[in-house]
Amino acid sequence: MAQMTMIQAINDAMKTELKNDENVLVFGEDVGNNGGVFRATEGLQKEFGEERVFDTPLGESGIGGLAIGLSLTGFRPVMEIQFFGFVYEVMDSISGQLARMQFRSGGKYNGPVTIRSPFGGGVATPEMHADSLEGLMAAQPGLTVVIPSTPYDAKGLLISAIRDENPVVYLEHMKLYRSFRQEVPEEEYTIPLGKADVKREGTDLSIFAYGAMVHESLKAAEELEKEGHSVEVVDLRTVQPLDIEAIIASVEKTNRAIVVQEAQKQAGIAANVVAEITERAILSLEAPVLRVTAPDTIYPFAQGENAWLPNAKDIMETAKKVLTF
Amino acid sequence: MVIVHSLQCLTAPIQLRILTSVEFVSINTTMFHNTVDKGEVPKMAAKKDKQFDPVKTLQEIEDKFEMVQILNEEGEIVNKDMDPNMSDEDLVELMTRMVYTRILDQRSISLNRQGRLGFYAPTAGQEASQIASHFALEKEDFILPGYRDVPQMIWHGLPLSMAFLWSRGHYKGGAIPEGVNVFPPQIIIGAQYIQAAGIALGFQKRGTKAVAMTYTGDGGTSQGDFYEGINFAGAYRSPAIFVIQNNQYAISTPRDVQTAGKTLAQKGVSAGIPSILVDGMDPLAVYAATKDARERAVNGEGPTLIETFCYRYGPHTMAGDDPTRYRTSETDSEWEKRDPLLRFRKYLEAKGIWNEEQEEKVIERATEDIREAIKEADAAPKQKVSDFINIMYKGELPYNLKEQLEIYTDKESK
Repeated sequence: MAQMTMIQAINDAMKTELKNDENVLVFGEDVGNNGGVFRATEGLQKEFGEERVFDTPLGESGIGGLAIGLSLTGFRPVMEIQFFGFVYEVMDSISGQLARMQFRSGGKYNGPVTIRSPFGGGVATPEMHADSLEGLMAAQPGLTVVIPSTPYDAKGLLISAIRDENPVVYLEHMKLYRSFRQEVPEEEYTIPLGKADVKREGTDLSIFAYGAMVHESLKAAEELEKEGHSVEVVDLRTVQPLDIEAIIASVEKTNRAIVVQEAQKQAGIAANVVAEITERAILSLEAPVLRVTAPDTIYPFAQGENAWLPNAKDIMETAKKVLTF
Repeated sequence: MVIVHSLQCLTAPIQLRILTSVEFVSINTTMFHNTVDKGEVPKMAAKKDKQFDPVKTLQEIEDKFEMVQILNEEGEIVNKDMDPNMSDEDLVELMTRMVYTRILDQRSISLNRQGRLGFYAPTAGQEASQIASHFALEKEDFILPGYRDVPQMIWHGLPLSMAFLWSRGHYKGGAIPEGVNVFPPQIIIGAQYIQAAGIALGFQKRGTKAVAMTYTGDGGTSQGDFYEGINFAGAYRSPAIFVIQNNQYAISTPRDVQTAGKTLAQKGVSAGIPSILVDGMDPLAVYAATKDARERAVNGEGPTLIETFCYRYGPHTMAGDDPTRYRTSETDSEWEKRDPLLRFRKYLEAKGIWNEEQEEKVIERATEDIREAIKEADAAPKQKVSDFINIMYKGELPYNLKEQLEIYTDKESK
């Protein structure tokens, strides 16, 4: 086993699938010789050639169209959107076209496309680079939306995403790319899409989170432990579809829950989780389910982001409200 | 049965500037097909008095885009050098398809008015642009149609009954049969252009000798995806053919409002791809340009942009568009004189390979086929929510749809 950062694990997953399946193609802006602006595709063009790992002209919409067309000729495209803030330029290809391809062709054309993209805040990017837009994707029937929080999960989930017969949006939190290393098997393995993972067991409160917020939640859980609260942290890993079984099982065990997301509060993933808990497990609850989110403003400029992003302290405060309700 | 408008009122020949074959070749091989090598610095102007004149340069480029015509309104070959010299058999087949398509249009409009068809975008007037361009394709080529391009799908193998189901809004209308290389008609103007670039790149990577063929209209050239599509295909030199059916109006918006460009074909220059403007009411010009584009594409010479200058006689769609709000009957009759079927009929009759009897037979066959296809469409099962759920994903359904499938299946069984 090797110690890998999340970006190395992502690179390793693509390498694995480029080796396994000659129909896998990796492309996007600067992903070839340059290895991607974050080096996620480092060395892949050298190893697999320009036919399979290649740069595109600068045009997100065109990249989406390319992926759709390539899938129609039997390829399994892994397209990169350089920063997920640029996704609006390719919304039609993703939500308007790819997500409904299987449906509008009566089941004939599925779109086995993986859309990889860095997102998330805390790394002082310019405007329109850091937004958490997973809710936008999750609102579109036909898409699966995956967000890993660890190097181990990142590799297994990306391999599953590439092998999936339907379009998968795979979002990589920029702050997690190199923040820590973890043991990651060099051989191939998969983690099923749509399955959450209990990152920390507990009995008094469930925290549901994903992406960078898993780590803030774990920090909060540790602090709360010192104060005598046993807190469970469930990493959703796939935000659409949600792992309802895991969510409900955890709520039934702890009887209290909060949901944490880095995105703004309005119309988000956390709201979906709360709604599902309310519909399915309200009689198990000892307290209202509360959310920890960013405020409903535009994502702030770099110097202001740390004041805006939810953190462990915010999580602790909300957790205590629910624990003492 | 009168299927095409009369030519009685024809006065002076319409002025079309025709490129000689020499100019045609020069457009194809030199002017718009240069390669920019990595890091190449543009050539410096030699003398001060030859410094770049942006206004003149534009004018020179625009002037190059003269419209190509081979068969005039009288059914005479006016450009022998470019005559594609189709066999008699092919000429008859092309005429047959155009007549058939005109009947399909007339019947579709009438079925729509009777409430027996749904969304329909009329095609009359555009037969040369649609059918003659398609005629240059092979079965293995892949078509990405716009919503008006249903005839090309049919001639590429889509059963007529499915076209009707698609029009009515039945999901089975999009379930393209195996071996028919078409995508369901595109609704989002321009999206088909970027997808065509993708299919073309796929063919290129697989070494398939085939092209991706896509269609948009004059309005479509204003969309960003139009440029991204031709630019991506150009950058990779992929085998794609991009057709602009310039029928003069995007719903009601006239062509002049779309762009400052004198022609739409010249937009290909910005992407560095060979581009040509043809008389879109002339089946031979459309066929010759498409055939040439296809040959170059499968020979690894990259994509081509073709503007077919044409007209739709009918409304934008049958959903309430009233062309009298934006066109005059004078304009209509000017265009009717250029009708593609009339001129092709004259040409074929003069050759002695077409007559009224043959035409009547095609009309009868089309009418009968349409009747049968409507019957088939009528027999399609009523759509259920469980059908929709089952075509959402390939493989296992996510939990939300699994639950909803159970609920709807139960409801539907009662």
